[in-house]
Order: sequence, then C-alpha cells, then structure tokens
Amino acid sequence: MSKLKEWQHKSEEDLSDDEKKIFNDLGLFGDSRRKFLGKLSAASLSIWAASNFKLNALIPAGEEVPPALKALLNELEVKLRINEEDYTLNIDSRTSLLDVLRERLGLTGSKKGCGHGQCGACTVIIDGRRKLSCLTLAATCGDKEITTVEGLADGENLHKVQAAFVKYDGYQCGYCTPGQICSSVALLEEAKRGEASYVTEDFKDIRENIELSEEEIRERMSGNLCRCGAYNNIVMAIQESQTGEDQGTKWSFATAEEMEEAGKAK
Amino acid sequence: MRPFNYIASTSPADAVAANAGNPAPHYLGGGTNLIDLMKEDVERPETLIEVASLDRKEVERTASGGLRLGAMLSNTETANHPDVRRDYPLLTMTMLAAATEQIRNMATNGGNLLQRTRCPYFYETSMPCNKREPGSGCGAINGMNALHAIFGWSESCVATNPSDMNIALAAIGATVEVLQPNGNSRRIPFADFHRLPGDEPQRDNNLAPGELIVGIELDPPKFSDNYYYLKIRERSSYAFALVSVAAGMQLEGGRITAAGLAMGGVSHKPWKLTAAEEYLVGKAPETATFEAAAEIAMRDARPLEENEYKIEMGRRAVVRALQQALDRTA
Repeated sequence: MSKLKEWQHKSEEDLSDDEKKIFNDLGLFGDSRRKFLGKLSAASLSIWAASNFKLNALIPAGEEVPPALKALLNELEVKLRINEEDYTLNIDSRTSLLDVLRERLGLTGSKKGCGHGQCGACTVIIDGRRKLSCLTLAATCGDKEITTVEGLADGENLHKVQAAFVKYDGYQCGYCTPGQICSSVALLEEAKRGEASYVTEDFKDIRENIELSEEEIRERMSGNLCRCGAYNNIVMAIQESQTGEDQGTKWSFATAEEMEEAGKAK
Repeated sequence: MRPFNYIASTSPADAVAANAGNPAPHYLGGGTNLIDLMKEDVERPETLIEVASLDRKEVERTASGGLRLGAMLSNTETANHPDVRRDYPLLTMTMLAAATEQIRNMATNGGNLLQRTRCPYFYETSMPCNKREPGSGCGAINGMNALHAIFGWSESCVATNPSDMNIALAAIGATVEVLQPNGNSRRIPFADFHRLPGDEPQRDNNLAPGELIVGIELDPPKFSDNYYYLKIRERSSYAFALVSVAAGMQLEGGRITAAGLAMGGVSHKPWKLTAAEEYLVGKAPETATFEAAAEIAMRDARPLEENEYKIEMGRRAVVRALQQALDRTA
C-alpha cells in the first residue's frame, strides 16, 4: 500500500513524528494541515497534487501520477482570458500567473528566470500594461485581458517587434527574449501615450508620441535583463519598431576618388 | 510559499471586515514586495485580502487645492497623471526613479508606503533579525551594513526604508487617509506615518492592525518649477538608493521662500531634513547656501562600520540636488 493511501485514512493525531516533520517542511500547519488530511480522506489520489509536493517520494514505482493536476489547498476557480481565449481553471490560491501559463496551459513562451521580479523574463501584458507574471497571483487575474508572447503574432505574420528582434539579432541564447519582446511591445504604447520616464526631459510639457532615444530605451527597458548582453541589438530593434527606419550600421567601400581625396588631406 | 486563504474584497469596508474576521490576515496590493516576501518565507499570511482592484484609483483635487491620490492607483498612472506631472513634478520624477516599468505598473500607492526594508538580514530567514523575528537580534549592526542607516537607528535595527515615493512625499508634505476596522476613517500626517525602529523594529509604521490605506492627500502644489530627485545607486537604473535626495524650492525675488528636502536610503523612515529646510528659507539660492544646508542636514549622522561613505555622499547629494533644482529656471 502506498504511503499516500495510508495517509488518506489518517488524522492529525495518527501522524508519526517523521510525517509531522514532512508537513512542517511543506509549511502545512494547523488548519491547512487538517484541510489537507481531510482532502486525502475525502478524495482519491487522482484529484490531488501540488507542484511543490514531491510526488515521487510518496508514490511507489509503477503507480501512475494523474495527468490532470488539480489544486491542493485553498482551491479557487479562476476565469482567465489569455491571447483572446477563455480558460476556467481550478487552482491553488498560491499559483502565480506564470505557473498557470507554463504548467497548466502549456504556454511556455513566458520564462521563469528569477521568480522574484528581478529579471523580467516572465513579462506579460495585462490590460495593456507590462507586468511580471511571477509576482502576480493568477487569482487576481480574473476578468483581465492577458497577452503573452504567443499572442503577439497575427497567424504566420510576426508582430513588428518580433520581426525587428529577428532582423537585429536582439538575443543570443533567447531565454529573456519573450519577456524583452512583450516589454518592448508595451513600451511602444507607453511612448505613444506620452508617458514619461525618469530620463524624459521636461515632462511637465505633456505630449503624445515620445521619440525613444537610446537613453530612453535603456532606462525604460531596465527591467529586462539579458545576460548574453544583446542590449545594443535590442535597442536597434525597438528603434526600428518605433520609427520604421533601418537602424543597421551603414557603410560601403570608398571609391577610388574618395581614397585619393583622403590621401591629399594627409 | 505557505498556503493561504484568498479573499477578493469588493469594497474597502468589505476588506477591513475580512481582515478583522480571519486568521493572520494581510492585504494584497500589487504584490511586488509581498509575494516576493512570501516566496522567501519572510511573510506568512494565512489570509490574503486582495485590495488592488478596489475602487480607490482616482486623482482628485482637494478643497485646499492639493491632490488626493487613490491608494489603489498604480505608481505608473500616478506619476504620469497630467495633474501630478504639472503640479507635483518632484513626485513624478521621484516615482519614475523607482524600480522598473513592470513593477511600477503593478505597485499601488498604498503599497508603496508599506514596502518592507531590503536589508539582507531581513530577507534571509536563517539570519537573526529583530524586524522579522523580534528578539532574535540584529545581524546587520555588526555585520554587512554598507547599505544601512546613518540616521535614527537603534541597537535593535539599522534597516532603511527602501521607497523613493516616500522621499518625495516627505519633501512635499502629505496626509495618509486610512479606513479603520470599525468603519471610521483616520488621517495621519505623512511625517508621523513611518516610525523609527526603537525597540519595536517589527513595526515599520503607525498603522493599527487591520487599518487600510485608502488615499494620500498631497499638500497644495509646491516646488513645481524648481525640483529635483537625485538618486545615487550602484547601477544607473533599477537599483535601490544608496542615498537619494528629493529637493524642492520656491523662489521669489532672488530668495528661497520655501524649501522641501528629504533623504532616502539613510533611515528607517523617510528622513525629512527639517533644519536644513528652515535654514534655506530667506537665503539666496547659491552654492554657499546649499553647502551650509548640507552641513546642517548631515549633522546628526551616526555611521556604522561600513557606511561612513554615506555622510560625504549625502552632503554632496544635498548640494547637487538643490543646484539641479535651481538650474531648471536658471
């Protein structure tokens, strides 16, 4: 009999010291622990799992882990609208939007970099504003319009920011890229609305369509780290996205006349 | 993260009632600080009451001509509100110096006031910290304290308040409006909102249990021509201040008629430089005046082992911030 099935019939008092320690390590105390045990008694393994619970420690080899993982504790129903599609999910109250996207919906474009709001790899657009999905509880996202990197392209046609990132090699390993792109897309809208940044001169003069200088882009994109250091290329990609003008380095071989002129100048 | 019961409140009254009726409650604003602290196991609420979506997102003119900022409005929408940009550019500039666009989009005004310190001993649960675990000791006072306080610290805590917004509010003057659990509202002058650590560093501010910030009233417009927020940090963007200075002046006939000066990164609360402000009034706005004000500003500084640099840095930051504020109309 698996450990888990034994636990289904246990109450708090029946737990051994080792079992209590496991619950303590998981942060399951008091009321939470009673609810947890209650769930195990009331339901079978098939409705049970949590991403941070070490299932393989409890389930003997050969026993199947249920494919449809459901919430363990403080279960909530949340209705999410992501890339113009509606989803209704039961989640644990602790679930971040990022984990819902990646682990529940298979939208793995948004990346988990630091999980603490420091790197920007998880950036998504919520109601038109770029936000960090790793610090956003999915429970707070009902009725909101969420756009991830998967929702930017129009069928086979890349969003202009995506195309510009391709054109300028705005990445190397690519891990930060979905966050960089979502951030850039939102940034273009912020500039269109005339929103100021810390480096915007004379922001008391309120006008739309702020031209994004390199300094502006670097300040406004400071929440998206790129450890490969593709920043120069990212800046060019954003500038072309805003202006439509090619930002590539322009050069050509000098003509014979120009070489002669240069020789004379010496 | 430990389990919690999630409650989506529908009104401020509903939120304070939920707070009073549930175990280990905590309000959830934008979550940029709280969720992080819950992941780190520093904060352990058993009940999380969502308030960021409550209808307190307005910017309104008050009877005295100031502005009332809804507590649930995001930092971005506040800093970029046309009335704030025109009348309180010091607040706009300060708020835009904070964090990143993503975080400012999430963070609420009420939540900004309640940010916890970024002291690494507070974050690291294996270390002693009187703020996190009263009575466990202070790891920083004889530890790594280069980023810590030089003003107002106590033997029990040397942490600093990390907010930028708070520094501008201290310079401009404001009142915090809170809803009490009994349904009454209470107004707290901004200068009295945050606390020095004393022997209760677990209390960052003077909110009573269950009180909910619903608005921040700014004093009538000040320093809208001569203002500057100087933030000195280890990177040029997205870093907390080592030292920051919010400076504002009203100038008339070659004299300073009013001054607002506050310093960040140096104390457990936004450090208003009242004596320096008073010194500036009536003087000519020039370098010698600014230098004298800076001397006064740093007079009571008490450095720790690793942060003596903040005294000279603070002195120069006051001078430069005032100079930059002056140069706007020069």
